[in-house]
Amino acid sequence: MDAVPISWYLILSAFMFAMGVTGVVIKRNPIVIFMCIELMLNAANLAFLAFARQQAQLGAQVAGQVYVILVMAVAAADVAIGLGIIVAIYRLRDTINVDEMNLLKF
Amino acid sequence: MEELLNNQWIVIPLRIIIVVGFVLAAVPVLTWVERRVLALMQIRKGPNRVGPAGLLQPVADGIKLFFKEDVLPERVDRFIYFLAPAGFLIPVLCAPAVIPWGSDDRLTPIADVNIGILFLLAMTSLTVYGIVLAGWSSNNKYSLLGGLRASAQTISYELAMGLSIISVVLLTGSLSMRDMVLNQQGSLGLLNWHVFRFFPLGLIATGIFLIAMLAETNRAPFDLPEAETELIAGYHTEYSSMKFAMFFMGEYASMVTISAVMVTLFFGGWLSPLPFAPFTWIPGPLWFLMKLGVFIYFFIWVRATLPRLRYDMLMKLGWLRLLPTALVNLFLVAIVLWWQK
Amino acid sequence: MFGQILFITMALVIVVTSIGVVAVRNPVRSALNLVANFFALAVLYLFLYAQFVAAVQIIVYAGAIMVLFLFTIMLLNLGSPSELSERGDLKRPVTWGLALLFVIVLAGGIFVRLGEAQPTADDLGTVQMVGKFLFTDWVYPFELTSILLLIAIVGAIVMAKRRL
Repeated sequence: MDAVPISWYLILSAFMFAMGVTGVVIKRNPIVIFMCIELMLNAANLAFLAFARQQAQLGAQVAGQVYVILVMAVAAADVAIGLGIIVAIYRLRDTINVDEMNLLKF
Repeated sequence: MEELLNNQWIVIPLRIIIVVGFVLAAVPVLTWVERRVLALMQIRKGPNRVGPAGLLQPVADGIKLFFKEDVLPERVDRFIYFLAPAGFLIPVLCAPAVIPWGSDDRLTPIADVNIGILFLLAMTSLTVYGIVLAGWSSNNKYSLLGGLRASAQTISYELAMGLSIISVVLLTGSLSMRDMVLNQQGSLGLLNWHVFRFFPLGLIATGIFLIAMLAETNRAPFDLPEAETELIAGYHTEYSSMKFAMFFMGEYASMVTISAVMVTLFFGGWLSPLPFAPFTWIPGPLWFLMKLGVFIYFFIWVRATLPRLRYDMLMKLGWLRLLPTALVNLFLVAIVLWWQK
Repeated sequence: MFGQILFITMALVIVVTSIGVVAVRNPVRSALNLVANFFALAVLYLFLYAQFVAAVQIIVYAGAIMVLFLFTIMLLNLGSPSELSERGDLKRPVTWGLALLFVIVLAGGIFVRLGEAQPTADDLGTVQMVGKFLFTDWVYPFELTSILLLIAIVGAIVMAKRRL
């Protein structure tokens, strides 16, 4: 079943992570920024699963998968909160452009 | 015959052809049944001109839809507009892959994966994309509202549905649909089915699943995404011709699929309700078909009986009634199971 | 052979869609790219002996989280691309360049240092196996996650409700 070496998965994961970072830096729509954060979390998940395949003991192999499930729960929680924040900001200011969110800027 | 059944290259395509063929063939029949039954319930005649008792009406409808002009409204998001009907139909047709409809494990299900019910949940939760994207890409207020309602409704009722399924998973100790059916086998016949397990806990779980499945398939009384009195036709307002037909087919196909899930999870799948002589002669697939028919009839019956819910009532029912009930029910099932051990 | 072809196809889908999430202007299309990305990822998870995680990936990410994203985009009516025009400035090409550099450096590191995949049990990623470890070795993190989710529920309601 091992079709390809583990390193391929990790390079793919690195690429996804890089795209996520790029999106967070250059995008101005907070919803898309959020999606890019999800992309980064998924890159981490892929890396977890790939690294888990390199472990010798069963416990360590399953641990990688358990981590992924925990990460998914955290992702679900942060989406619920984050989208709530975005909706609240939109109600307050009628825009969600992150460049205009500068009330706390010194 | 035996050799043919053991040849993978013949059996696997055969499994797929049977299931997909059945679901697709059921759609035209169902449109006729629905219109006739609705008419009977409302003391009308229903379609009765094309063919004997209007039986050829679906064919006429099909030809009409096929030759209709395919209207493309102005300023739609073309790619997504074309993608949406397919995005609705494909998951619906994928979902029955894990449903076993007979005792012969060489013929059914298409794939007896050990995460069967999760696959089913995944596929049914994906159908909402087709609706949401259709609503958004049509560039029409009514469509957009329909899509919004569909997404909120599906997410809300999926929770209750999932929780009622988890109680079945607890009873079975497995996620494979086949194990779930076999777990309902026993000398007591229909009293062994999950509906009557731990009376009334199994019954409550069944009821929750019943309500949630109406909401998940966007059928009356939960057909708010396409409420014609307020939203014209909701998400498929702008669709015509074959693209509309795909939504139509998807709706009926998902009715068949979710009824099959209901039968498998709670009503013993292909098992005979009375485990003695004259009833066990009837082959399993026929029992499955009969039970399926009952639930599809139920869909139509409810449509003719209940008025559409208001949107706030829908949300209240989902979150404040079904979800807590499902949680408490699940908890009680777990306690009874623990106590039995 | 078949596995390699499938991996490369899925990897291509992932590469294209992750670029798409960032490069596309319309947020709905970004979301669609992300959904396709998660699908391809779920297939790769199957290759890594993680059946349960693959199913959860589709149910949680594609079935719930992305629907929530689409819901918010439509609710705030951000579908029209002109709403938030992205200014073209120096930041963009520099960021793309740095991202590329990051990938190259990491890829180099990965190729130099990495070992091979270890043999494993066939039922590694089944619900039974993951569940056993989740409720024995990992029970405290698991319970903490449930508290986190509870906090998230309360937070989301406080945030979204106009008047409590």
